[in-house]
Amino acid sequence: MTDRTDPARTDPQPSPAAAHGPTSARARAVERLQRYGIFLALVVVCLALTALNEFFLTPRNIVNVLRQTSINGILAIGLTFVILARGIDLSVGSVVALAGVIAASLATTSSGAAVAGGPYPVAVALAAGIAVGAACGAASGAVVARFNVPAFVATLGMLSAARGLTLLYSEGRPVPALTDEFRWIGTGDLFGVPMPVVLFIAVFLASWWVLGQTRFGRHVYAAGGNPHAATVSGINVRRIRFAVFVISGALAGLAGMILAARTGSALPQAGVAYELDAIAAVVIGGTSLAGGVGRVTGTVIGALLIGVVNNGLDLMGVESYYQLVIKGLLIVAAVMLDQTRNQRD
Amino acid sequence: MSSPLLEVEGLRKSFGGVSALRDGRFRLERGSVHAFCGGNGAGKSTFLKIVMGILPRDGGTIRLNGRAVSFTSPRDALAAGISIIEQELSPVPAMTVAENVFLGREPVGLFGRIDFAKMNAATSDLMDRLGFSIAPTALMMDLTVAQVQLVEIAKAISYDAEVIIMDEPTSALGEAEADHLFEAIKVMKNEGKGVIYVSHRLTEIFGVADTYTVLRDGAFVEEGRIEDIDKTRLVELIVGRPLTEEFAKGNKPQNEIVLKVEGIDAAHGVRDVSFELRRGEILGFYGLMGSGRTEILERIFGLSPDSVAGRITIEGRNLAARAPRDAIRAGLALVTEDRKGSGLVMTQDVRANACLARLEKLQASPLMMSTSAERDAARRVIDLFGIKTASDRLGVSNLSGGNQQKVVLGKWYLTEPRILLLDEPTRGVDVGAKREIYQIVSDFASEGGAVILVSSEIEEVLGMADRTLVMRDGRVAGILDGAEMTAPALLHLAA
Repeated sequence: MTDRTDPARTDPQPSPAAAHGPTSARARAVERLQRYGIFLALVVVCLALTALNEFFLTPRNIVNVLRQTSINGILAIGLTFVILARGIDLSVGSVVALAGVIAASLATTSSGAAVAGGPYPVAVALAAGIAVGAACGAASGAVVARFNVPAFVATLGMLSAARGLTLLYSEGRPVPALTDEFRWIGTGDLFGVPMPVVLFIAVFLASWWVLGQTRFGRHVYAAGGNPHAATVSGINVRRIRFAVFVISGALAGLAGMILAARTGSALPQAGVAYELDAIAAVVIGGTSLAGGVGRVTGTVIGALLIGVVNNGLDLMGVESYYQLVIKGLLIVAAVMLDQTRNQRD
Repeated sequence: MSSPLLEVEGLRKSFGGVSALRDGRFRLERGSVHAFCGGNGAGKSTFLKIVMGILPRDGGTIRLNGRAVSFTSPRDALAAGISIIEQELSPVPAMTVAENVFLGREPVGLFGRIDFAKMNAATSDLMDRLGFSIAPTALMMDLTVAQVQLVEIAKAISYDAEVIIMDEPTSALGEAEADHLFEAIKVMKNEGKGVIYVSHRLTEIFGVADTYTVLRDGAFVEEGRIEDIDKTRLVELIVGRPLTEEFAKGNKPQNEIVLKVEGIDAAHGVRDVSFELRRGEILGFYGLMGSGRTEILERIFGLSPDSVAGRITIEGRNLAARAPRDAIRAGLALVTEDRKGSGLVMTQDVRANACLARLEKLQASPLMMSTSAERDAARRVIDLFGIKTASDRLGVSNLSGGNQQKVVLGKWYLTEPRILLLDEPTRGVDVGAKREIYQIVSDFASEGGAVILVSSEIEEVLGMADRTLVMRDGRVAGILDGAEMTAPALLHLAA
């Protein structure tokens, strides 16, 4: 990269590109600061909390924050795909509940709530939960991609429908008494790392790979950045739009099962308003709601920032009502920073 | 001695330490049309944005009627008597023509109700005065691009400003519509107004302007009277070096037919189109806006799946492209007329855009892109087409129009096409870059490719095409060859 920048800069006539591009060292420093600003914010908040509270920087609390963040983090990663492709998925909270109760009904020892022949092996239950999530995503995706219904509307419909199906399926009652094997994905650990955190990291790495290193990832960015140009370039934009919803749905299914496994029973009213925190994490992480711009790393940092702030306020005994207000301010402030950057460009 | 209408001196502006404008100067007299010339990146837009109060300046003075002014918003400028027709059209699609013309200054009646009758009547008068035939109650979204541009022109004129800035006002207009505009400009001139006219089309400048100012690399170069200069000299001033010839053409059509189109239909009422394209040939498509040229390209490229009539054969094989990817596989490439709308992903960098249509060949494995292959491909395109960019990772939005267009061409170069469909490939591109694009097109045809060149610039068609197909109202009006191909003949067939 450097071998190309230098000749252009020694060009005696300022090139038109140079007139707008970040060329001076200071401009580049500013750009870098903005690009990593969200990460710096996370570091600053962590340092502040360390100074303010002796419990914050203990291994136990850190693991706690990660565990609390993992469900929102997984949902937010799924949403990153959708938002990058210029969509939105409001249904993830309901899908969490639906996948949770269905998977749980395959993994419960309670005779009242179990599917006949159960409890099934944990792999069956897990596969079912992910399949249910993916099916919900496929339904939303088909409506969006095939019938050109705005994603906001399609997934608003799914938000309601999936919640209704959850209540129908569970008859409005929790699915209790899950098998130990199933509970392990919520409460177990792998080499001392809690399973939700392990899954969160695995989802992050896989998504980072898919978005950054594969052709599919390039297509997602192009389809979100300019669907017309992507179509003309031979990309099947409809297929991409469909696929991102399937990914988001499948990850919501996974998150729903982790939640059920952690609590020991699947609640039909689980996951209400989870989509809001997930969207917040994506937005704080710098992904543009207009599509085509953003990174999954940003989303993870955004989710961690929300988790750390919640945890810190808990530790300091701040009332949860205040926490909501502070979270709201955080979301708006993060996007305001982003906007000022865009305006300067 | 009376002071000029608008006088600008020593205007300076830099962005992040890089100077975009070093010495902007301009003198506009009453009752004159003053052409403001310069290549892409010369600083014209920056200059105009400062005058309109959209950007603050670092230094320099602006005097309107001899009084120093400093606007902080376009609203201020408008109030002081400067209006602008911007290059980028910004209509409100769901509103009527009249609502758009009166946006922000709607006449109100009782209880704040908008006086629609008055507004429509005033708009109707305005359109009549300018000779534009557009109904005031038509919705903007139902208009063609050319009509939208005419409405924006009418809107700018309706402010009755003393100074009217026109930034590429004819970019979407056909010859006939442009003539209406030139008539309107004459009227304004006679009323003692001053017009600043920006256009890459030199023929227009020589037809409409009285005086010129050339800006290059952010600095004033020369001003003078149009009658004292010729086209060649003006191009030299703009580009900064003598230009051998405006067009570059070295291709020779061969006998072999590569694309055969028989009786196809297309969107917007295009019907029964037949033509043949030979290896090594550049076939011009000429016609007015909305005559169906773009629709034919889209149909061939698989962008209008609802049109099924007729037959398209490529190198003897039937092509029924249901989507662009089928057409790309068959060896076609389409450079669309709307560079920002459907050519480039403006949020991404040069590399991502250059590689976009060729990703499957730039993978290390089905599960992984090869970053080095992508980088090499992008750099090959940058070198080959001489794209001026600091790096292949620079966002395409930072490039000038000409360089953006070269990125689009580069994207298609990487797919190794045999037939190139070009829709207004030099729109909004400065003279220097234009010539480079002509060279690329000519080279492509010389090496055995075939080209369809859609253009609204008659000189471009005459200068580049071997034959020209003329469209009128969705039908082929004729195909002209060799000596028959003259400006009057093309115009006659098109209108």
